[in-house]
Amino acid sequence: MNFFLEGIYQTVGEHLPMWLMMLIAAVTGIAVVLGMVSLIAMFSVWLERKVSGHIQCRYGPMYVGWHGWLQSIADGVKLLLKEDMIPRDADRVLFMLAPGLVLAAILGAFAAYPLSPGIWFGDIDLGVFMIIAFSSMTTIGVVMAGWASNSKWTIYGSMREAAQVVAYEIPLGISLLVPVMVAGTFNLREASALQADWFGMKWFLFTNPFMLPAFVLFFIAALAETKRAPFDLPEAESELVAGFMTEYSGIRWSFFFMEEYAAMFLMSALGAVFFLGGFESPLTHFAGEFFGKELVVVGASGAKELNFAAIPYHLVAAVTLIAKCFFGVFLMMWLRWTLPRVRIDQVMTMGYKYLTPLSLLCVLGAALWEAGKHALFGS
Amino acid sequence: MTRETQSTPAASTRVQRLGAGELSVDIRTPDLEVNFGPQHPATHGVMRILMRADGELVTGAQPHLGYLHRCAEKIGENVEWLQYLPYTDRYDYLASMNNNLGYSLAVEALLGVEIPRRATLIRIICAELNRIGSHLVAFGTYGLDIGAFTPFLYTFREREWMMALFEKICGARLTYSYIRIGGLFNDAPPGWFEEVSRFCDVFEQKWQEYVDLLLVNQIYVKRTANIGIISREMALDFGLTGPMVRGSGIDWDLRRDMPYMCYDEIWRAGAFKIPVARGEMGALGDCWDRSWVRVMEMIESIKIVRWCLDNMVEGPVIADIPKTLKVPLGEAYVGIENPRGELGHYVVSDGGKVSIRTRVRGPSFCNLAVLEDILPGSLVGDAIAIIGSTDIVVGETDR
Repeated sequence: MNFFLEGIYQTVGEHLPMWLMMLIAAVTGIAVVLGMVSLIAMFSVWLERKVSGHIQCRYGPMYVGWHGWLQSIADGVKLLLKEDMIPRDADRVLFMLAPGLVLAAILGAFAAYPLSPGIWFGDIDLGVFMIIAFSSMTTIGVVMAGWASNSKWTIYGSMREAAQVVAYEIPLGISLLVPVMVAGTFNLREASALQADWFGMKWFLFTNPFMLPAFVLFFIAALAETKRAPFDLPEAESELVAGFMTEYSGIRWSFFFMEEYAAMFLMSALGAVFFLGGFESPLTHFAGEFFGKELVVVGASGAKELNFAAIPYHLVAAVTLIAKCFFGVFLMMWLRWTLPRVRIDQVMTMGYKYLTPLSLLCVLGAALWEAGKHALFGS
Repeated sequence: MTRETQSTPAASTRVQRLGAGELSVDIRTPDLEVNFGPQHPATHGVMRILMRADGELVTGAQPHLGYLHRCAEKIGENVEWLQYLPYTDRYDYLASMNNNLGYSLAVEALLGVEIPRRATLIRIICAELNRIGSHLVAFGTYGLDIGAFTPFLYTFREREWMMALFEKICGARLTYSYIRIGGLFNDAPPGWFEEVSRFCDVFEQKWQEYVDLLLVNQIYVKRTANIGIISREMALDFGLTGPMVRGSGIDWDLRRDMPYMCYDEIWRAGAFKIPVARGEMGALGDCWDRSWVRVMEMIESIKIVRWCLDNMVEGPVIADIPKTLKVPLGEAYVGIENPRGELGHYVVSDGGKVSIRTRVRGPSFCNLAVLEDILPGSLVGDAIAIIGSTDIVVGETDR
């Protein structure tokens, strides 16, 4: 949103007080993040239903709009109109707070998501940390929801969630450390820019033999982190009814739903930026060559000016990243509709005994490889 | 004593003095009592299992039945022989053809009536197709219990065709009442046998799909192998039948061992085998073995159907029996191999128009009893897998 704000600042900036500028920045940022998360969630829900439908030899939604593309809106209206029930014995305050906390956490995490190489909500140097920290916060909301519902199934669900996320956050973080170490930055935008060589194909995945195992480990851990099948134990439909969401209905329930899809997108974004080249692709490369890359240039008068000619490049870059993210989301959906669910002890065993040591090995291997490369070829 | 402490007898706080200043406190939280059902996605109907759990570990389980009790057996003593037939559809609604068959055979044993050959062969075709349909549901929903959604829809795709076949032959999709006392309701429509043959061809390919997709899936194997183990002795003690007992490595199938209709002829012709579990993926008698038996039985049923199609004869499909049936004095018990095990009908007649005793030995009901012994010690996730592997139909346990 820096681009938008820069525009405002360039045109009317001198006439506005600082606090108003900051207010505008905050409001636009929140509005855009909220809109984006809603859109992503709605599109993902539609995509999930279509993907599952086609995997299962059926069509999925077909009636609301062309191939049911308005289905999510219809569902949203239905959820808004549903009765908002709170169980009598529930802890009312926590029960109402939990879905909000879950959604707020994932919205916060989106602050570190770069829209394009030149447009961002917040150019955060510790972007990876921020995303992982915020997405861990959703766990607190889930545990809160399970506890406040005061039902045995929900407590099972939330305890499983807590155990699972604690187990899988370690391999998630460590496997992400491999590309971070190679890149030398935690900033998503900068990490993406480092992969621009070879006509936009110098993805981290191709630059180090330890990247591929790290990516696989990261993907498995991300599945567990976002509670997706085969690690959907906190919801485990056939075991725990609906896990921690059992007692929720209507719009509060849909908050959990939105969080799940937003988290999927965000995890895929991390994977896309740190393994699959982020914004970079041959298409982005040639768009950059053709249109120019800088959005803000120093004009003839010496003052900063907006370079509108570069906008197509930024559009191409943004679409590239979003496409890569949805590729990851699609992979997660594909797995969900193919694989059975693993058991809780198998989840724990896999997390602690296999993924964590393997991800540490990956870090070690990648570090040695980079050091060796540096020693042999210099830089 | 307050009411609070009475309700949690398992709670105990043990304080042990070890030495000067040392204090060891062993606080045991009470086991969680979870009502598993009657409305729960994995109980396959309205069954309630009162489960005690220590965290994720199940420490005790007690099935509670009766939510679907409809007095089926008592009704059998109040309506005429022929009128009871539709009630048999309702107890194991996934295998209605077999239920019809069991009751018809029991009454026919009293009547001593000769069933036309064509009727017998069509009966076998229907019973075996119904067995396939029932096992498809069992296998598909078992996948659902384990967490695999998609195979469920694949199995239902083939079951849909099976039901369409039944719709063509008798007009109903679930409760057929097609196999009547003395024969069949009517003859198969033109082209029906050809379509059954086509179904067999297609099904064999699809069956391979289920095996590849789910049965040998690594996660599926890890989830089902070595859990819910029923030893040979246990299987015999509990009187398990059907895939449950064959899943424990006991070679027992009524179609061969207590033959009815012309199954012995088909067996002698070598048309089918009886799959008996060997404990391939883990201990003998685990959940995987039971699901393997079901999957293998489907393909054996196809072979039986093929044999019947090849040996089909022309002729009438119902014996000459009066509309108001009077059954001679006597009693009869006929057990048949239902998809879930031995379905026995015991009928007593005083020579009148109404039975004076109708009793049913339901396979699901007898197989269910073993749950109380095999559930404790498993995890909650396993408990669902074990309940699913017994493949009960609550309509039949409660009748």
